[in-house]
Amino acid sequence: MSEGARLTPEEIIKSFKDIFKTDIKDDRIETHKAGSKKTQFTHIWMCIDRSAFKDAVKHLMKLEKYPHLAVVSGYDMGETINLVYHFSIYFSERGKELSLNITVELPKSEPEIETITDLIPGALITEQEKQEMLGIKVKGIPKDKRAFVSDDFPKGMYPWRKDETGPGKMVRNLHEVKE
Amino acid sequence: MSKKALSKTTYQIPIGPIHPALKEPVQFEFTIDGERIVDVDVSLGHVHRSIEWTGMHRNPIQVLYLAERICGICSYCHPMSFALAVERVAGIEVPERADYLRVIQGELERICSHVLWAGVAAHEIGFDSVLFFTWQIREEALDLTEYLTGNRVTKAITMIGGVRRDITPDMVPRVKKSLDFLKANFEKLRKIYLDDKTFKMRTQGCGVLTKENALKLCACGPTTRASGVKKDVRLDQPYFAFDNLDFDYVTPDVLTGEVNGDVYDRIIVRLLEVKQSIELIEQCLERMPEGPIVSEPKIPKLLATLKKVNGEGIGRMEAPRGEVIHYVKLTGQEFPYCWKVRAPTYNNILPWIPMLLGEQIADIPIVAASTDPCMSCTNRVAIVKDNNRSYLDKETLHKLSVEKTRRLMQ
Repeated sequence: MSEGARLTPEEIIKSFKDIFKTDIKDDRIETHKAGSKKTQFTHIWMCIDRSAFKDAVKHLMKLEKYPHLAVVSGYDMGETINLVYHFSIYFSERGKELSLNITVELPKSEPEIETITDLIPGALITEQEKQEMLGIKVKGIPKDKRAFVSDDFPKGMYPWRKDETGPGKMVRNLHEVKE
Repeated sequence: MSKKALSKTTYQIPIGPIHPALKEPVQFEFTIDGERIVDVDVSLGHVHRSIEWTGMHRNPIQVLYLAERICGICSYCHPMSFALAVERVAGIEVPERADYLRVIQGELERICSHVLWAGVAAHEIGFDSVLFFTWQIREEALDLTEYLTGNRVTKAITMIGGVRRDITPDMVPRVKKSLDFLKANFEKLRKIYLDDKTFKMRTQGCGVLTKENALKLCACGPTTRASGVKKDVRLDQPYFAFDNLDFDYVTPDVLTGEVNGDVYDRIIVRLLEVKQSIELIEQCLERMPEGPIVSEPKIPKLLATLKKVNGEGIGRMEAPRGEVIHYVKLTGQEFPYCWKVRAPTYNNILPWIPMLLGEQIADIPIVAASTDPCMSCTNRVAIVKDNNRSYLDKETLHKLSVEKTRRLMQ
């Protein structure tokens, strides 16, 4: 789907580093093989500072006009909440697709990130899900309500948190839950 | 309720949480102007079962069987995507024969799912004889699944590093017999779905998703391919043995020379994929080498290895309805630290909105069904008109759809 020249995984990482410099950390290129022809395919992983994240997505859209956002994963690391944006680019040609996984760390004291729904409208549901599951705040999300968790689920409890705001205690003491 | 809904010309109908064309409960809130849909809002989560949370408290082998229960139709894709993710994190190599066996199971699932969907689509517009005919064909595919895995629906065939059951040479004739049956009936199906005049009248130009919207809204699977986007994980990023097999992207222009992105195009894509899947299984049977079917048959040993693994990875597969992606993070503990499941319908929900805008109430069942092959049995629709609430049950909505077909046939 890309109109410009296709970059190699190394060139992609370099193009990000040229613009965002030290905001890019822990970049790695994983190659895996499949089938008896041992065809290689590539997964790119990198960690981007929160301040540069939205510009990084804009940069990605220069490489591929419509990057496919599969989903945003997320987990609680204690001090931070990490989100992993799973993009794929360069599809439509056999064996040429690259998976690009961008990790963003949000400090727990201020777990906020900017929405990307203005760039990729298809990100709406997954951003809603991250808000309710991990207790983060997506700034500028067009539909700020719960998507999957029911309305009567306790406020301030986030199912994927591993700290005291997680559901661990509630699950063990379901008999105490009222309403 | 939006302001629009309170004006005199428009009214709202909430549909769901139990919906006429979906197994999973989803609620739509339609704003209607006369017969036309002018706005759509979707709300989800009526059947959230916390499977991901549960999976983070189970070991990887237990997660396989849990993942199988995410969906009754994709009961192979989910555990397999999880297995792919874990194999990539742990660096487990899969034996070549297992790669081919994995393709066979995946394609068989695709046949079952697409044929089931075709029957549902026929039912939605009032062709119940076609529904029974299609499901009779699906029965053969299910019998074959049972023969190969021991089960019709929950297959329990996946293992990290391979599969659990082999296809021995003496089983091949039985598999071929089923494939021949499916091939022989495919032509009949093609005629009914693609050449029938009434089918065309109900489905052409209905529920259109443009290529641009498909890309922007990150649609996947047959839904996006019917809009002309060549996106198929089997080809984009070949896994299993797909790089050794001869096949190509299925888009509607293969058959008709043009892409409209309507319901008819989604029927074309799914039907052609049934044929493609039959051919892929035949290729696999021919090309499959001898060898082991799993890299580590001792499960306690496998679990001990996985307990030491640190890292993160993704497993992607083309399920019948689109891309399935699983993210797994292992931190050297018994349970996965993070497990995120993304089923294809997740991304095909937002595309419903442009598809349904401007359509008639009677088209809701077929348009909603056109992205997804599931169907529910108890449905209820409430109509709010001038603040008076009245209920439309599933039968009435279905009747509206059937009546529209009858009108067109006259």
